[in-house]
Amino acid sequence: MSNSNKFSRRQALKFGAAGAAAMGAGPLIFTRNAWAQAFPNDPGSNANVILGFNVPQTGPYSDEGADELRAYMLAVKHLNGEGDGGMMNTFTPSSLKGNGILGKKVTYTTGDTQTKSDAARASAKRMIEKDGALMITGGSSSGVAVAVQGLCQEAGIIFMAGLTHSNDTTGKDKKRYGFRHFFNAYMSGAALGPVLEKEYGTERRAYHLTADYTWGWTQEESMRQFTEGMGWQTAAAVKTPVGAGDFSQYITPVLNSGADVLVLNHYGKDMINSLTQSIQFGLRDKQVNGKNFEIVVPLFSRLMAQGAGENIKGILGSTNWNWSLQDAGSQAFVKSFGAEYGFPPSMAAHTCYVQTLLYANACEMTGTFYPPEVIKALEGFSFDGMGNGKTEYRAEDHQCFKDVLVVRGNENPSSQFDLLEVVETTPRSQVEYDAKIFGGELGPYKV
Amino acid sequence: MDSILIQLLNGLDKGAAYALIALGLTLVFGTLGIVNFAHGAIFMLGAFCAVTFRKLLTLSEKVQDPTVTLFAAYKEVPYLKIWFGDTGLMIIDYAVPLSILFSIPIMILVGYVMERGLIRHFYKRPHADQILVTFGLAIVIQELIKAAFGANPIPQPPPDIVSGSANVGLWLGLGEALVYPWWRLMYLVFSAVMIFGVFSFLKYTTYGMVVRAGMWDRETVGLLGINIERRFTIVFALAAVVAGVAGVMYTPILPPDYHMGMDFLVLSFVVVVVGGMGSLGGAVAAGFLLGIVQSFASMNEIKDIFPGIDQIIIYLVAVVILLTRPRGLMGRAGVMED
Amino acid sequence: MKQKLFNDTTLFLTFAAAILLMPIWLAPLGASYPDLLQKFAIYGIFAIGYNILFGLTGYLSFGHAAFLGVGSYAAVWSFKLFTMNAIPAVLFGVFFAGVLALIIGYLSLRRSGIYFSILTLAFAQMSYNLAYSVLTPITNGETGLQLTLQDPRMIDAMFIEVGEGLPITNLFGIKMSGYSGFYFCAVLLIICFYISLRIFRSPFGLMLRGIKSNQNRMNYTGLNTRPYMLAAFVISGMFAGLAGSLLAVTDPLAGAERMQWTASGEVVLMTILGGVGTLIGPILGAGLIKYFENIFSSFNNNILHDFFSFLPDTLENIVVQVTGLFVGGGWHLTLGLLFVIVVVYLPGGIVEGFQRLARLLSRKKQPDKTSSSLKNQSAE
Repeated sequence: MSNSNKFSRRQALKFGAAGAAAMGAGPLIFTRNAWAQAFPNDPGSNANVILGFNVPQTGPYSDEGADELRAYMLAVKHLNGEGDGGMMNTFTPSSLKGNGILGKKVTYTTGDTQTKSDAARASAKRMIEKDGALMITGGSSSGVAVAVQGLCQEAGIIFMAGLTHSNDTTGKDKKRYGFRHFFNAYMSGAALGPVLEKEYGTERRAYHLTADYTWGWTQEESMRQFTEGMGWQTAAAVKTPVGAGDFSQYITPVLNSGADVLVLNHYGKDMINSLTQSIQFGLRDKQVNGKNFEIVVPLFSRLMAQGAGENIKGILGSTNWNWSLQDAGSQAFVKSFGAEYGFPPSMAAHTCYVQTLLYANACEMTGTFYPPEVIKALEGFSFDGMGNGKTEYRAEDHQCFKDVLVVRGNENPSSQFDLLEVVETTPRSQVEYDAKIFGGELGPYKV
Repeated sequence: MDSILIQLLNGLDKGAAYALIALGLTLVFGTLGIVNFAHGAIFMLGAFCAVTFRKLLTLSEKVQDPTVTLFAAYKEVPYLKIWFGDTGLMIIDYAVPLSILFSIPIMILVGYVMERGLIRHFYKRPHADQILVTFGLAIVIQELIKAAFGANPIPQPPPDIVSGSANVGLWLGLGEALVYPWWRLMYLVFSAVMIFGVFSFLKYTTYGMVVRAGMWDRETVGLLGINIERRFTIVFALAAVVAGVAGVMYTPILPPDYHMGMDFLVLSFVVVVVGGMGSLGGAVAAGFLLGIVQSFASMNEIKDIFPGIDQIIIYLVAVVILLTRPRGLMGRAGVMED
Repeated sequence: MKQKLFNDTTLFLTFAAAILLMPIWLAPLGASYPDLLQKFAIYGIFAIGYNILFGLTGYLSFGHAAFLGVGSYAAVWSFKLFTMNAIPAVLFGVFFAGVLALIIGYLSLRRSGIYFSILTLAFAQMSYNLAYSVLTPITNGETGLQLTLQDPRMIDAMFIEVGEGLPITNLFGIKMSGYSGFYFCAVLLIICFYISLRIFRSPFGLMLRGIKSNQNRMNYTGLNTRPYMLAAFVISGMFAGLAGSLLAVTDPLAGAERMQWTASGEVVLMTILGGVGTLIGPILGAGLIKYFENIFSSFNNNILHDFFSFLPDTLENIVVQVTGLFVGGGWHLTLGLLFVIVVVYLPGGIVEGFQRLARLLSRKKQPDKTSSSLKNQSAE
């Protein structure tokens, strides 16, 4: 597998080199004709290149969206050679030059996804049709990511997904023009499994509460696969309406179900509410089957930890990245983000920043903005120094493979941001899977 | 048995929340004839009174974390703790109940300003205009709160002493398995007191009598030389207080965020209408009914037979009631029927 | 009478011209790109249809989003099962929305006033909640129903070679995205406007208005008003279904959130904001809300800095800080303020604003054009 990847990457590099040569050889207008590859929103001889940052600015995820936007602005600064350069200094192998992308200054347009598929697509279309955005990125939910990704495939515009954790984004609904750096539900399960085994043993009965939509289902499926694989039983898996607010009627059956672990496949507000209420119902003070009752939240973020307050303490979960990581890339990013905004970046900010840099780098590698070439450069691209260790964009499904963090709500935080402590860094090899298991088709390079 | 009892408790608890919100809404609806889409926002403002009050109590000295150099990370030590030690911490612990006292004057002010400044001009305007203006107002309030506090929920733990669960089973002689959070029990009692209070106010005071008369026939009451306008202001303020303190008390159950009012808005309208227009008792009854039905519909045994029933049960019950009873549970003829 | 007819014709022709020329006259406002133009036309249709019910009969439905959503789902299924041609999709959308409207209308119209509103709301919310979760096999839940390469597309499969990528929606070969899609929607909007105009002027329309002013009296005359109401409800539901199917035609995706109460509420707000019961008002309201949603939300501090760059630096920063609250993520705030201001100062919605403006202008012109001012005075 890795062999074929390398080949395609080399091939892409070769194409890129040829492209760069062609670009260098003739005047710009000539190049364009010579390539005869008109593509949407070709910046041509413009001095600027426009990226579209499509994030939730209203609705429940607007704080997360705001943080994503901060990261994008920072990335734009760094790409244009302003500021301290952040992860551009640690990113390898990098073709970035700090003079924009292919010599063109990076500018951007912003939009509001409202965390609704329709609004997100409308906003992305505005960026494409009106503002001439060459690439769309962002978002804070899988529904939106899948919807915008589909649109971008049809429009022939590359989409670099923001925060999206459903297996579908790079599984069932994967697209040639869509790329995801963030990890997914399967990887959360794979990373959490061994830690849960170590901490809570193999003889456990788990009760799942699952947000009743696609992300929740894939999260539940993956968690069950791994926990059942190590011998846990599943007492019940109950679907809860999204935005239920009060979860009491779903929590009380847990009390007498004989289960000794509660898995909350919830995200955002749902998770904050269900966790807060579960703890009020005394679940964590309980002893069942002679063991302490435990709660697991497969997907964590710092914003969620803030919302849940004290209740998060001691709860295990997984996360894509955390600011407390000590590697050079993470440190460089936290340093420049902190200097710019006065607080550490969230994991959503991190993934968005990395995605922007990766796109820019792919353009530099190929020497063109022509999407099929850029896609080929990203497919199978291996890199390091972006905070997650050695990472690879798998060619078959456009999913990044990298280490996954298992975290625990900090019992004794030393500051207002010190909410999650990293329990384990699960190596990439442990969370890898066959791209075929989720089905789906990438579709064509040229649209 | 236990599971049915505990779902009944859940239902009562939910019902108490619905009834409290609906109570204020139906007061404004039935008495003043105003379709108040900002009622949810008032509930949310109440919750943010609690947030603000805790913020004030926990004004802190910031102790820099020396290990973090990349940005300002600090541990917050509340001044109350520095000055008063454990007493200070205890005050902070009781922030939620204390903020009821804090919220009442604020909610009265909010109600007064809203009614005098805006709503008053809409008594004689069509319902459509009322919807637009109150919806606009709700958005404005929401966005201001979001600008000040962000969109993320803010945790409001209950006092330590009531943060655990009460052993309801032992009280009822049903064994140890039946436990229920103290705070939810308190919420139940609290809402019973509130509902009782509002009813007695309307029933046993002359003031309330005039308001009830105004509900029946505003014009005649006006003709009798009673300043019904001023009383309407007071009714609006009362509704705001009821919604506001309901919001305060709800914060430990649901960490508040700027959108929580909107989340409750539609539901509270359903409750009011199912209860029947112009009937306070109807709203309370409908609140409890829908809460209980929703809890039971969420039981696994029922969901196995009707998948997804818990998602629609409230609306299903609403449809059935409204189709079988023309004016909801206890509605009066002629109120908001045209 | 004759003059009135002439007025309607002028109104209609002006309207048609204005709609078709939108790409030109909206350009200075930054709204002249296909997607937003399509949205203007589509939500215009939605609002016109809603106004036939609400504006004429005064029955406030809080569940019209259900019809919008069903229209979208039906259209996407038509693309998936049969053909990428827009015509069957639109017909399916209108048909299924009509059927659903018949059912919901038949039940809900047994009640009036707020009871009617809540019944429609309850039906729509049930549709939304089911579409989001249990009905996922039909609706694809939160992600929304999309086209896939595996769709059968039975009719297309007989005539057209299957391409590598996803096929695009078309009208006998004309692609339905971009400007051609807009003109398709625009023509349908103009037709809908014409239908609405005729309904407003017809005896049927008068009947509906009669119901609005006093239903009891209508009943006392021995007339059964229910069939008229139901007709109005179904027609407006079909308009919503048309709008929903057009959303899918211009962008083949149908999401459950189209059926949520916020979407129902949006069309209520559009209608009231523009002017309930007026012909043009709802379309103006729809346009304004969509404009805010798409354009105001896209202003970021960078754009503001450019815009205010003529100011001295410190002042510029302050101005940008303040205006920043109202645009970008703050576009909701501006919209809320707009609602309040419009309804306080223009009780008849935006249309009343225009009327006042027209009156003001004609008054100013008084010395020059005595004849027209005379006419105006007599009208007042």
